[in-house]
Amino acid sequence: MQIAARRLDQVTIFDITGHIDLANSPELRKVLLKELKETKTPRVILNLTGVRYIDSSGVASLVEGLKAARDQGLRFILYGLSPSAREVLQLSRLIKIFEVFDNEQQALA
Amino acid sequence: MLAESQGVERLHTSGLLLDLTLASDPQLLCVVRAAIERLTEVSGFSPPECRSITRAVDEAVANVMRHAYGSSPDKRIDVSCKRIAGMVNGIQREGLEIELLDQGVPFDQKKLTARSLDEVKPGGLGLHFIRDSMDVMEHSHKDGVNRLRLVKYFSAEGKGQTSQGE
Repeated sequence: MQIAARRLDQVTIFDITGHIDLANSPELRKVLLKELKETKTPRVILNLTGVRYIDSSGVASLVEGLKAARDQGLRFILYGLSPSAREVLQLSRLIKIFEVFDNEQQALA
Repeated sequence: MLAESQGVERLHTSGLLLDLTLASDPQLLCVVRAAIERLTEVSGFSPPECRSITRAVDEAVANVMRHAYGSSPDKRIDVSCKRIAGMVNGIQREGLEIELLDQGVPFDQKKLTARSLDEVKPGGLGLHFIRDSMDVMEHSHKDGVNRLRLVKYFSAEGKGQTSQGE
């Protein structure tokens, strides 16, 4: 998994590529919590276009990110879900609690 | 052996299909996923079923790494896959059986309950994914070895079923 950050005005977009699993979900969690709890960027967007697989530990990291955002009154947005990533969020019934968009334009609107 | 069947390259081998032994290092999960994904494809499962079975095995192996071995990365995990056939509820069925063996801490029955999906909290989803994906999930502990047996059946059309039990 690779994470690259793009910082815009009041928005940070994390471009994530690869697979998110037990091997690297702690890293994702750390990056997200730092951005949300320390930097407190008003809108944090995850570009998941390059993510082919997310396991339950990856979903847990996303949920922790969402909770941290809610605690801080920030927005936490996902876009570009692959079929596999969408299936996992639907299976866990968590897709309805996230702000999910198809593309970056919608996520930034 | 591969043979053409209903427009899909189907594996016609019976019995043992794949035997993997790996260390309990999470970096190897991608190797397991790649192997299971390809095996389910050549076995004739549909793309959603391939993803589903792969997810179940990935979660099961990750559970062994985390819980049975307490995140120690140098322990042994065995994964074997077999083509099986037999009578299920009076119907002749074929399927894929996946068996995981480890020598870690025995399963804790109390912890084998998937959490409620109404709760919005991290963790506890792995078991839910496994149960949702597979037709059979059985676990046992004997002579210091944990054994997890997962089965996914094919439907009459060559696609896996979603029925429960065996």
